[in-house]
Amino acid sequence: MFKLAKYLKNYKLQSIFGPLFKLIEACFELAVPIIMADIIDTGIKNQDSSYILWRGGLLVLLGVLGLSCSLTAQYFAAKASVGFGQELRTALFKHIGTLSYTEIDKLGSHTLVTRMTSDINQAQTGVNMVLRLFLRSPFIVLGSVIMAFTISVRLTLIFLIMSPALAFVIYKIMSSTIPRYKRVQKTLDKTSLITSENLLGTRVVRAFSRQEDEKTEFEKNSEELRRMQLTAGRISAIMNPATYVLVNLAIAAILWFGGKTVYAGSITQGEVIALLNYMNQILLALLAVALLVTNITKMYACAGRINEVFDVHSSVSDEGNSTVSPVSGAPKVEFDKVCFKYSSDADHILENISFKASAGETIGIIGGTGSGKSSLVNLIPRFYDTFSGSVAVDGVNVKNYPFGQLRGKIGIVPQKAVLFKGTVRENMQWRDRTASDDQIWKALDIAQASEFVRQKDGQLDFEILRDGKNLSGGQRQRLTIARALVGSPEILILDDSASALDLATDAKLRKALGEIAGSMTVFIVSQRISSIRGADRIIVLDDGRIAGIGDHAQLYKTCGVYKEICLSQLSEKEVAQHE
Amino acid sequence: MSDKKPSAKKSSDSLKALKTLMGYASPYKKLFALSLVFALISVAATLYAPILIGQGVDVIIGKGDVDFDKLIPIIIVLLVTVSLTALCQWLMTVCTNKITFNIVRDLRNEAFAKLEKLPLSYIDSHSHGDLISRVITDVEQVSDGLLMGFAQLFTGLCTIVGTLIFMLTINFKITLVVVLITPLSLFVARFVSGNTYKLFHKQSVARGELTGLIEEMTGNQKTVSAFGYEQEAQKRMQELNLELSKVSVKAIFFSSLTNPTTRFVNGLVYTGVGIVGAFTVFSGGITVGQLSSFLTYANQYTKPFNEISGVITELQGALASAHRIFSLLSQEEIPDDRYSKVLEKIDGSVDVDSVDFSYTPQKPLIQGFDLHVKKGQRTAIVGPTGCGKTTIINLLMRFYDTDKGEIRVSGENIREITRKSLRSGYGMVLQETWLKTGTIRENIAYGKPDATDEEIIAAARAAYCHSFIKRLPLGYDTVISDSYSTLSAGQKQLLCIARVMLCIPEMLILDEATSSIDTRTEILVQNAFAKLMQGRTSFIIAHRLSTIKEADTIIVMKDGTIIEQGDHKSLMDKNGFYAQLYNSQFAIT
Repeated sequence: MFKLAKYLKNYKLQSIFGPLFKLIEACFELAVPIIMADIIDTGIKNQDSSYILWRGGLLVLLGVLGLSCSLTAQYFAAKASVGFGQELRTALFKHIGTLSYTEIDKLGSHTLVTRMTSDINQAQTGVNMVLRLFLRSPFIVLGSVIMAFTISVRLTLIFLIMSPALAFVIYKIMSSTIPRYKRVQKTLDKTSLITSENLLGTRVVRAFSRQEDEKTEFEKNSEELRRMQLTAGRISAIMNPATYVLVNLAIAAILWFGGKTVYAGSITQGEVIALLNYMNQILLALLAVALLVTNITKMYACAGRINEVFDVHSSVSDEGNSTVSPVSGAPKVEFDKVCFKYSSDADHILENISFKASAGETIGIIGGTGSGKSSLVNLIPRFYDTFSGSVAVDGVNVKNYPFGQLRGKIGIVPQKAVLFKGTVRENMQWRDRTASDDQIWKALDIAQASEFVRQKDGQLDFEILRDGKNLSGGQRQRLTIARALVGSPEILILDDSASALDLATDAKLRKALGEIAGSMTVFIVSQRISSIRGADRIIVLDDGRIAGIGDHAQLYKTCGVYKEICLSQLSEKEVAQHE
Repeated sequence: MSDKKPSAKKSSDSLKALKTLMGYASPYKKLFALSLVFALISVAATLYAPILIGQGVDVIIGKGDVDFDKLIPIIIVLLVTVSLTALCQWLMTVCTNKITFNIVRDLRNEAFAKLEKLPLSYIDSHSHGDLISRVITDVEQVSDGLLMGFAQLFTGLCTIVGTLIFMLTINFKITLVVVLITPLSLFVARFVSGNTYKLFHKQSVARGELTGLIEEMTGNQKTVSAFGYEQEAQKRMQELNLELSKVSVKAIFFSSLTNPTTRFVNGLVYTGVGIVGAFTVFSGGITVGQLSSFLTYANQYTKPFNEISGVITELQGALASAHRIFSLLSQEEIPDDRYSKVLEKIDGSVDVDSVDFSYTPQKPLIQGFDLHVKKGQRTAIVGPTGCGKTTIINLLMRFYDTDKGEIRVSGENIREITRKSLRSGYGMVLQETWLKTGTIRENIAYGKPDATDEEIIAAARAAYCHSFIKRLPLGYDTVISDSYSTLSAGQKQLLCIARVMLCIPEMLILDEATSSIDTRTEILVQNAFAKLMQGRTSFIIAHRLSTIKEADTIIVMKDGTIIEQGDHKSLMDKNGFYAQLYNSQFAIT
């Protein structure tokens, strides 16, 4: 948690003065019972109305001063905690931006989003609470004890016994309820899971007529939830009565021993009242601490999770790389004995992959799930580093490129068709920030997307909703293809990107790509024979190894794996057709 | 939502929701009454304590002037009162907890049961997130705001009234001081909470925008880095971040004003009571002890007001939530078909007679659909992505009812037989493989929970699952869930096939996968499909031309409607959309 404290450094003043003002306010508040005791002991006893009014005025003055101190403190706390949140957010966002695919895979993008949002918000709230209350409450407890001490040393003993006793009871109850409430939350999450699962699978549930059983399962879970909530509630309900009893025990003690002390003449009646007041203040302060502790534990957990992300450093870095110039005559892309695995103790994903692809060539990559197709193309833009062997683009090892230069050469269409909130134009300009409308339309034409874009309101100004929700799967996929084409990449990678397209559109797309290709090197990853059979060369992957390289006709004759795949998708006659 | 008088509608909705909720509370009437009694006792006892303490102070007058004979009984009564308060407070909370959590459970169970009984048209047309939040969050909100809130409201009101009465019995004038200054606290609290509400709203809007951007950018970090968009993303994020910070400082500052300002007003009340009280003491109106009781009251008096105003805001939210739950609960259910005929012998024939169907009346989809399938025949449904192939499944399985015409299975109109018996006649394997969180065994036996282990393993073998299941560390007892991603899409589909294999239905509805299954597994899936289809009537959403060509009937769909129907040869001869679709498969790049 203290690691994150550095994000407060621009708010040092606020972080120090906030709590300080709180302390001043607490001092004012601690003075109130003493002044009231004065009013009773001196004012009333001497029937001195001007004394009473003076002291009353003093109380009001203290109130006003206390209020202004406290307002200043709250403002500082708000300013510092929000500033903390803002800087932490920026820093974490920046850090996440440097992570390579390896780290994103490991952490999971959903996790990263949670760290960026709710965890940072929680941490911010925690900082705010700490600045506001962390010093104040213990100070009030301590101050009350000290004030009691100035009134009567003997009676302070009651405070010295009771304060820890109160703290202990609060601690005990909380340490018993916090884990219980965590379990309650877990069961509630499960309830939520069952509900969502049932909505998702509603057709299957109904097809098998299992509605009653699903209901029973849900009821079992909600009964369990009820039981847990009751138990947790029963324990946490002890908090208020128990502390109330303890404080009143102390009050009874103050009355009794205070009575004796007054009888002996060492303290006055007003001072007994002041002691009673201090006791009540201790209770309030300790309850505030209890609330604070809950928040701090939450914040601590959040800070830990945030730090976990900060502690992950990118394994793929372009630091120190300066712009390189292509080696003339070198193949566009060259794999040389490439081995790859996701972590050093994992199995090989790719083994001993070597091939060359020249400019203008279309390379099809086919193979089963887990055969390493995506991994192979992900090595070209250096989303991952090879385990051994090398990948070169234009004759230069990808490790020597600055990311900007390397990835600028490549247009990639990822498996998942991700679009962003914004206009079609904004989405199309992701690869090339300066692309003109003409260039965009050209890309849309090739991607078979211009027809439906033309039908949208505003065409290029059409607002795409988050996750492209207002587009169909096929439309999204075509737009991601167009996005990769904008700015004429030298290398185009289609990573199983036609899966949401129907066969006809897929065919048209491939035809259009073929027409514009020119010197563009195209990698098509697919499970569909029909998508890659027209490629100049096809790489057949089987369990991370190259099972064959060649064109369709060659491979069908020589490569067993390829033939098997073909026959699983097409009839023998169809395979032979159009050869 | 687009009501002209939203506020009027809202309040009447809230009233209705409150009334309905009362109905849920009625089984717990006795418990409820009990909790009120405990609340009353604990409030009264809490308020009596300061008086006792005051009396105690009164006998401690000064040096040599302390009446211990009176002090002892006072302390004893004080301790008894305090114990009583504590006990009643605890019992009250336990009672309200019990009522609350019982009602929560009842509501949740009912809401969930409702989801199982709603027509699919409702579930399809509502966001799942929204439905889940009704079952989970809204119910929670009702329990927090309405039920717990009610207890707080009640004790709060009792405390206010009680305090007034106790103060009046001691002294009228000082009571007046308290009563006159307190509204200031209410005024301040209202000012603060009004502004806080507005600012928090602004903050949540700003936060929503930032979160949206973060979800997009961080959630798709891979795409961001693939396009070198990090700088741009950072810039956009920082802009929104700054916006948020500006609003947040204000919102947080305002919300943190509540405590200091009420403390301040409290201080004023306290001082007022102190001064007026002191003068009253030396005019002989009250004793010093009574003044100290007053001071305690003054310290406590504003607290219930603040609590109540907090509760009222929560109450409004809770009522809105209750309304959302009840509007779900009052949705029309699928009519009960318990007394319909049970289809016992299924011969595998399906007849569709001039069926009209549309999801919305404005947009007619299927019109005059005729289809006659004999036992063992295959029907392929083909068409481009998003052409509405699932509509046919919806009608056959009676997830939706036809608008006109009828569908007969084994000669029986499917509207006249129980849904259960109709659906048990079908085996359905969809492309979106749905498996329950649970063991593999439970999942395979989903359609036949009483299946023996032998039957389950036989089905798994038939669907080519056995070998990969065996290789899992826990075999058939492996728990699969969303997060358990060791199974590939193809393996999941095989499990779904095994699930159907176990039931051996007469008719099949199959959805061929378009992609993302690895080829080896795909071959297994196809073999499993072939095995399933032997001798059974089958409807296949087909992507593979070989499947399509072998079908007895092909239904060609486009934009939700059926545009062509016939066998492969007749459709090719027609040279229409189907022929075009078929030829496109072989266009060479």
